[in-house]
Amino acid sequence: MTGYLSDVAALARKDLVVELRTRDTVPAMLLFIVAALVVFHFALPEGSSRLAAGGMLWIALLFTALLALVRAFVGEREEGTLDGLLLAPCDRSAIWLGKTLSVLAFLLFAEAVALPAFALFYEPLTWELVAGVALANVGIATVGTLLGAMAAATRARELLLPLLFLPVALPLVIGGVGATLADEPGRYLAFLALYDLIFAILSWASFEYVVTE
Amino acid sequence: MIRAYGLGRRFGERRVLKGIDFQLGQGEFLLVTGPNGSGKTTLLRLLAGLLAPTDGTLEVEIDRGRVGFLGHEPLLYRHLTALENLDLYGRLYRVSERRERAGMLLERYGLWEVRAEPTASFSRGMMQRLALCRTLLHQPELLLLDEPFSALDTQGAELLDAELGGNGPRTVVVASHQPERIAAHSTRRLALT
Amino acid sequence: MSTSLRNNGAALLSLAAAALLVAGISLALFWAPEDVDQGILQKIFYVHVPVALTAYAAFGWGAWKALRLLWKGGDRYDLESYTAVHMGVIFGVLTLVTGSIWAKASWGHWWVWSERQLTLFLILFLFYSAYFMLRYSTDPGPRRARTSAVYALFGVALIPVSFLAIRLAEGLIHPVVFTRDGPQMDGAMFLTFCVCLAGMLALGGGLYLLELAGKRADASLQELRERLT
Repeated sequence: MTGYLSDVAALARKDLVVELRTRDTVPAMLLFIVAALVVFHFALPEGSSRLAAGGMLWIALLFTALLALVRAFVGEREEGTLDGLLLAPCDRSAIWLGKTLSVLAFLLFAEAVALPAFALFYEPLTWELVAGVALANVGIATVGTLLGAMAAATRARELLLPLLFLPVALPLVIGGVGATLADEPGRYLAFLALYDLIFAILSWASFEYVVTE
Repeated sequence: MIRAYGLGRRFGERRVLKGIDFQLGQGEFLLVTGPNGSGKTTLLRLLAGLLAPTDGTLEVEIDRGRVGFLGHEPLLYRHLTALENLDLYGRLYRVSERRERAGMLLERYGLWEVRAEPTASFSRGMMQRLALCRTLLHQPELLLLDEPFSALDTQGAELLDAELGGNGPRTVVVASHQPERIAAHSTRRLALT
Repeated sequence: MSTSLRNNGAALLSLAAAALLVAGISLALFWAPEDVDQGILQKIFYVHVPVALTAYAAFGWGAWKALRLLWKGGDRYDLESYTAVHMGVIFGVLTLVTGSIWAKASWGHWWVWSERQLTLFLILFLFYSAYFMLRYSTDPGPRRARTSAVYALFGVALIPVSFLAIRLAEGLIHPVVFTRDGPQMDGAMFLTFCVCLAGMLALGGGLYLLELAGKRADASLQELRERLT
């Protein structure tokens, strides 16, 4: 068990160190999501309710997440380093978990800027919103990493990931928007937790089938 | 240790390997020859477990963690330093005293001075030498080398020669389309067409 | 021998389907009572719901075969899973079309978001369409089979999750205009429904076996060609 966790930690750390040095992903995510929030201001007609703004945030989050997810495995494939990880005696699911944690970290960094920006431009943050985002992050990272690995092995690569990801992420949007705007956010938060549980387990278990040849 | 019966591998419509039969015992040194495109790389990847056969059977009686594989790609992270790369693999392969072992290998292969440089700045020869370090880091019992001399500089080539000629109960499989160099070490040959 | 057996199965099911569907539609049009609220246009329900259920059954079958593939491996499960998903998408499109017709007839719009089934099917349609994109973009081989299988399993997990999500969403975003609580049908309607359902399932099964036989024949031909060269 400790070997497994140590593998996961080593792999996640590797991704974070690489990101720290290249600064490829997180700055792009930050810029994108803030730009999206600004665009929404002009896209929403005058007098739009707070409801619309809340919904828009989730669109922004989803597409920003895609930026991180696309890069998760395409780099490994292109440099061939995924083979190195597959040769190692570590559990395949550890590779998945390491990647998921690093994607999660990138999302958190981006949101650390995006959520205050949202509060500045539109609506003050509520704890339900933040909780919804946190729960949705888990769902996005777990499923997205698995689908990212799938897409990276195809010819279409980055083009395929949004197609694969958006239908599966739809329930997250529903849950998230519900948590943000509904009178009783508890149900939606519970739903998000359920989604996370089901799909995290599925992704964890099926990763090895997706990544071996 | 390795047994192949009617081994074959298809990629979609293309059949790259067909009807390969051989057995390799522990400690033997197999040289795989053949022109480009004859499937040497595919065979090595099958032995490494990176590919599964589509025809026939292949038995490799060894844990994944005891296999060392050097392919066409160095399998190194460009933005990590040489030491960091070896540290990562050392962890994944559960190498005991990995820092010492990494240091020893880096010295032996003339990379000690650049140990803290990101590998993106390495020349091709240096990359291949570091890849060799990665391959040998965990003292593998089965060594799989795909055209190892092709990217090596003279210094590295000499070191590899020494390594291959060295002692140890290792089983080695080397693929090369220029077998003269390796012929001296090998005990068996397999020619692919 | 096995091919002809399967062909017989396909032929048998197709005959059964034809018989059941003719019977079912006749019953629906001439025997089952008209719905008080919606009149004769409600009768499309006898096609729409069986088609939807057949689609679900197809996706479920595809997921089952996918599971078998991951468990045991082998080309045959891949073919079966793929064909089942294909059937599911065909029937899914039919569900959307018939549902749309029904919506137009009932509420005057070609699309109604509050109609849970339709929204769910739209999501599934998007999901399983991506399944085909995934397959086309991957080179044939064990990897494509396994990746498709995993995706098919995700689809099946998505069905209840999406359903739950849509239920939750209704209260919030789209006011619930009409509730469709499942069949509150009297005996005659129920019988008609069952006949139509059986017919649709038979049709789905027949088409599945037919397509499967065709694909298997292709594969055998391929193999023979290879042996000759």
